[in-house]
Amino acid sequence: MSQRNRLGTGGRIDRTRPLSFNFNGVSLQGFAGDTLASALLANGVDVVNRSFKYARPRGVMAAGADEPNAIVQLGSTEAGQVPNVRATQQALYNGLVAKSTNGWPNVDRDVMGLLGSLGGQFMPPGFYYKTFMTPASAWPKYEQYIRKAAGLGRSPVESDPDIYDHMNHHCDVLIVGAGPSGLAAALAAGRSGARVILCDEQEEMGGSLLDSRESIDGSPAAEWVATVLAELATLPDVLLLARTTANGYHDHNFVTLHERRTEHLADLAPQANGRRQSRARMHKVRAKRVVLATGALERPLVYGRNDVPGNMLAGAVSTFIRRYGVIPGKTLVLSTTNDHGYRAALDWHDAGRTVVAIVDARDKPDGDLVAAARSRNIRVISGSAVIEAQGKKRVTSAVVAAIDIEGFRVMGSTQELGCDTIASSGGYSPVIHLAAHTGRRPVWREDLFGFVSGGVPGQIAAGGVNGRWSLRDALEDGFEAGARAAAEAGLNAVTVTPPAVAAVREGKAVALYEVPHTKPTMRAPKQFVDQQNDVTAAGIELATREGFESIEHVKRYTGLGFGTDQGKLGNINGMAIAARVTKQTIPETGTTVFRPNYTPIAFGAIAGRHCDELFDPRRYTALHASHLERGAKFEEVGQWMRPWYFPRGTESMHDAVQRECRAVREGVGMLDASTLGKIEIQGKDAREFLNRLYTNAWTKLEPGKCRYGLMCKDDGMVMDDGVTACLAENHFHMTTTTGGAAGVLDWMELWHQTEWPELEVYFNSTTDNWVAMTITGPKARKLLAEVADIDVSAEAFPYMDWREAKVAGVPARIFRISFTGELSYEINVQANYAMHVCKALFEKGAKYDLTPYGTETMHVLRAEKGFVIIGQETDGSVTPEDLGMQWCVGYKKPYSWIGRRALSRPDTRRTDRKQLVGLKPLDPKVVLQEGAQIVLEKEIKIPMPMYGHVTSSYFSPVLGHGFALALLKGGSERMGQTVYLSSGDGSLHAAEVVSPVFYDPKGTRHHV
Amino acid sequence: MLHIYCPHCDEHREEEEFRSKGEAHIARPPEPESASDEDWGNYLFFRKNPRGLHHEQWFHAVGCRKFFNVTRDTVSYEILETYKPGQQPVVTAESRNGSASDKGAAK
Repeated sequence: MSQRNRLGTGGRIDRTRPLSFNFNGVSLQGFAGDTLASALLANGVDVVNRSFKYARPRGVMAAGADEPNAIVQLGSTEAGQVPNVRATQQALYNGLVAKSTNGWPNVDRDVMGLLGSLGGQFMPPGFYYKTFMTPASAWPKYEQYIRKAAGLGRSPVESDPDIYDHMNHHCDVLIVGAGPSGLAAALAAGRSGARVILCDEQEEMGGSLLDSRESIDGSPAAEWVATVLAELATLPDVLLLARTTANGYHDHNFVTLHERRTEHLADLAPQANGRRQSRARMHKVRAKRVVLATGALERPLVYGRNDVPGNMLAGAVSTFIRRYGVIPGKTLVLSTTNDHGYRAALDWHDAGRTVVAIVDARDKPDGDLVAAARSRNIRVISGSAVIEAQGKKRVTSAVVAAIDIEGFRVMGSTQELGCDTIASSGGYSPVIHLAAHTGRRPVWREDLFGFVSGGVPGQIAAGGVNGRWSLRDALEDGFEAGARAAAEAGLNAVTVTPPAVAAVREGKAVALYEVPHTKPTMRAPKQFVDQQNDVTAAGIELATREGFESIEHVKRYTGLGFGTDQGKLGNINGMAIAARVTKQTIPETGTTVFRPNYTPIAFGAIAGRHCDELFDPRRYTALHASHLERGAKFEEVGQWMRPWYFPRGTESMHDAVQRECRAVREGVGMLDASTLGKIEIQGKDAREFLNRLYTNAWTKLEPGKCRYGLMCKDDGMVMDDGVTACLAENHFHMTTTTGGAAGVLDWMELWHQTEWPELEVYFNSTTDNWVAMTITGPKARKLLAEVADIDVSAEAFPYMDWREAKVAGVPARIFRISFTGELSYEINVQANYAMHVCKALFEKGAKYDLTPYGTETMHVLRAEKGFVIIGQETDGSVTPEDLGMQWCVGYKKPYSWIGRRALSRPDTRRTDRKQLVGLKPLDPKVVLQEGAQIVLEKEIKIPMPMYGHVTSSYFSPVLGHGFALALLKGGSERMGQTVYLSSGDGSLHAAEVVSPVFYDPKGTRHHV
Repeated sequence: MLHIYCPHCDEHREEEEFRSKGEAHIARPPEPESASDEDWGNYLFFRKNPRGLHHEQWFHAVGCRKFFNVTRDTVSYEILETYKPGQQPVVTAESRNGSASDKGAAK
């Protein structure tokens, strides 16, 4: 296929650089500088897609971000698949491969299209819900087919090899949009010395100036663009970002810009200097002032069959002709409500093709552009509009009639004008999306027939977004805005004299949204309001009739302004129709909320480098290499990678854990306890602080001693626990749970800073400074004696003491504490000595068969002793007394420590609270399920009162049976009772309520 | 994303450095053991959820690690002031309403 719609001259394309591309399997050619859409039009491709719901054939309608139809699936490789790309925004490159998003088996012959063309009556809004409502059980089945029939692209099934970056910026002035106002603002702010970021979503900066008919300072507008960009490039504090969309506007002038860096070059990012370039950048900009120069989008008119390929926006027609040298048809009918639309007819005529007629809704069109059309002998039909397009896959004619706008009716007879293109212009809608993202409601301007910004602090709107349509006004507004922004950012703003632009006399526009048809809206041919979502005027009318009168309800019922479209073309027309039907004004009807993102963004760009380990960093202890060497299987505990168990050979997890448990009970085991949180506490009030923070007493703890402590929130619920050692009178070493470390430090800071600032106490996290190796088991002392340089006898180093020592020749703190119930020493050394000490332990430990064990064995061993794990036995609703830990509650401490008062509230005093118990399954082989609910009766009835749940459950090799810890209502009074627990497979197990301490209840084993 | 002025650091920093800690000025009854159950319950559990001006406690968690207070409009997200613990807000609902009723009186 040749480029039959390509003009011989003109446009900003490079005819010496032809590019090949593939669309729906057909090989085509375009030129450098084309978009995919302009290249498709050049090749005469009318049908580029099928519509979302009715599967109607659709063609290119717009030339930019507002395109509702030409949405394609891009990518020549599986990994490079990108869904929902607007062909109007995709630069053409050699080898580009694109497919229509919808259409089965293809866009030209579509099966769903049959259903859609059987008539709109069959698929009104809510069609799917109304039709497939019963039986409800069948909905999942229906949904599968509906999803298949209605979709917008697919995501790649391979992972994306491309790299995406995030960048942070602070600037004085961020300018969004590099059309006339944005460039003017950048010049004013830049010359004032402001740090400026100017971004624009298009391939080239210049906006409307790139296809303008007007002159600036006597030269074509595009030359002025080049001059300004050249000057801005010389200013050191001005950053120019083309191909960059400001997609989200967040609080306090925080704007996210999405820069596409390689998507105009290839499917996947190309290599440069042997490295893959980053595909996109997300710029996170905090700006003192934001100049919104986003311009305006032309509003199409809503008339019958306005979606048949060949129906286009007037401005888009001009853009394709003037910027891309493509004329999208042979014969044109223009339907307009304003002077600006005339440019399409003038450009069409000047390109040497036929303008059949300009149909102007105004009775007496008058203005310089109207005069220019008349001077070319173009037929102007006034007081009229195109009420319907004819044709199936391409427009064949336009039905034109005189209309009464006020009365919303067609007057007199209709006439049919043969043409292959209908351009329409219903005026402009300011692009206020970014002004509305932070929640400000836009304000209706009757003089503009559009909404403008409701005013965002720190934001200045300029040019088209402000309703300043003419080039002269837009430039003037831009210069003012740039200077004002610089001044408000604290700079001495310089005044820039605007360049000379000839004034254009403009006739007054008229407000027309939906064009009346000879038939009422409900029976007229489909008049599309939102083509991307297949929302028609009749659909909106039906929605309001069915009671969806709020515009937000209309939106949700019909789909108006949904999805990637975000109401760019359809919103105002939709509101106008809802307003007409409900007999309200448009401001009374109001607008829906615009949300980020303005245009779709690849997830990769949002994620940036925060992938895999950089998304959630993993923490490894200083002993990690040793664990790897010993074949550890790991589990994630928070961010930590902790050894879970150490299988030998082909050993199963169960067997490994049983072996590790026996090794500790009979010999000696070694656990990496480094992940426990460690906080140094110093200051003359450190001891008093601990007294207030912990539930138990710290007044008498001497240097060289350790104590277990329990922490509550002020509601009396247990929040953390750990052992704290007294290093010196005013110096303590606290340990916390692995997961609670950061939270406990925050908690201490909170109380110290806000409640007890008078206490002189300081905290410092030392978790990563120390590595902690627990050696535990009956042979632990013998092993310690071989590596430590101190007397480790029971007399010299009793339980709950700590000692400073040299272990394997390096300084260490040894804590004689036990979480297994066996004789235990926790050896702490500086983290960088970890591997040295570990190696020494295993060398000396070989003769005792020193067995490394992981978290699973640690869990079994501590549960046999009834030691709780915060967060496993507790869930924020458990008091120390519920855990049976009254021994750890200092009721007599003078200060009302955190949590104490709450322990005497009626609810915490209830005797039927859930309390910690042990459960011994009657069948010794049974291991109850963690989380299993406890009931008191064997027979199931409804309702079945539940009395608690299992918190921990294991098989104990030393006990020879399964056992569990559980929280049970009134548990301390139920010792010896039989309770019942169901398991996932439906079977019911009986268990006896016993003490939570299963092993060595007298604690003789660690007191040796 | 909010841009928050830390009164300890004396500069504006990004919200991601901070953590919100809920309503500010929650006074712990000075004599907990003699406080009634109801008073203690109110202290523990009841919080304001105003539409408009709100005094909040924030924590500069990955900055100076200090707590401070923020007066913020929960509708516009505008931050009207930040101040250190122990200080009282200058902008309050009363001061705002006060100015409004002044206008009313002028009518």
